[in-house]
Amino acid sequence: MKTLLIVDDSQVIRGKISRAVSVLGLTVVGPAGNGAEALELAREHRPDLVTMDITMPGMDGIECTRQLVLALPEARVLVVSALADKATALEALKQGALGFLNKPFSEQELCEALSELMQETGHAGA
Amino acid sequence: MQVLEVPGAQVFVDAAKRYFEKLTCSSAVVRTPFVAEMSQLPAGDFTGIIGIGGAAQGCVYFTAPRSMLHELLLTIGEPDLNDANCADCAGEIANTVAGNARAEFGPGFAISIPVVSKGPLQDVHLPQHVRAVIVPINWRRHACHVVIALNS
Repeated sequence: MKTLLIVDDSQVIRGKISRAVSVLGLTVVGPAGNGAEALELAREHRPDLVTMDITMPGMDGIECTRQLVLALPEARVLVVSALADKATALEALKQGALGFLNKPFSEQELCEALSELMQETGHAGA
Repeated sequence: MQVLEVPGAQVFVDAAKRYFEKLTCSSAVVRTPFVAEMSQLPAGDFTGIIGIGGAAQGCVYFTAPRSMLHELLLTIGEPDLNDANCADCAGEIANTVAGNARAEFGPGFAISIPVVSKGPLQDVHLPQHVRAVIVPINWRRHACHVVIALNS
């Protein structure tokens, strides 16, 4: 069973993502409310997938993505952010994210984005 | 109270409408925005405030009554209706509305993490000579507001 680390400073969003991904059969590890917590949990649990907010207290999600991918190159990071400009999305991808989903998002959009990440690595249904 | 066409306000209006449509599958109705002085700023039970820096200075905030946030939380599947989640929800809506505006204003439109306030407005510090644009929104039977106070 594949694992997902949810990184977002909003408890409500963490809950929404956690409930939405239950249909994908993912096991949620964490979640984390900020970048530092995310890196600690990522090292401990070595998640297959990560949903990463950008605007968080302390370390932002782009820097967290950079450090997380350096430490765990096999982790697949989907940035989930309200920041809707192209430059931010491109920077997230440059730092190692493999997908970008804008808030607000529907459960279907989230599941489709995560499914794409799993399929890219042959993880779907595994 | 002055009713007007507010340049740049449409991006915030569109973001707020999109939020409700995406998360709740029911549309929000946006009424005519108007300009208000500091003494007229609306405050619901919970307010999420985003500080704006960079290309513009000021803040964007979202404020709503408890009853609306309860219904919103239940609609998105969150069963815990405690005050922390209500405040979190208000902060997240403010964050989404302000963050989505970067699609138009670009990365130079810097936004803070949300500051949340319960009850009367706190932590809203506006630059001098800034008037706030109030965007009244109705969702289902509830009324809430997005407030844009920028000196760009």
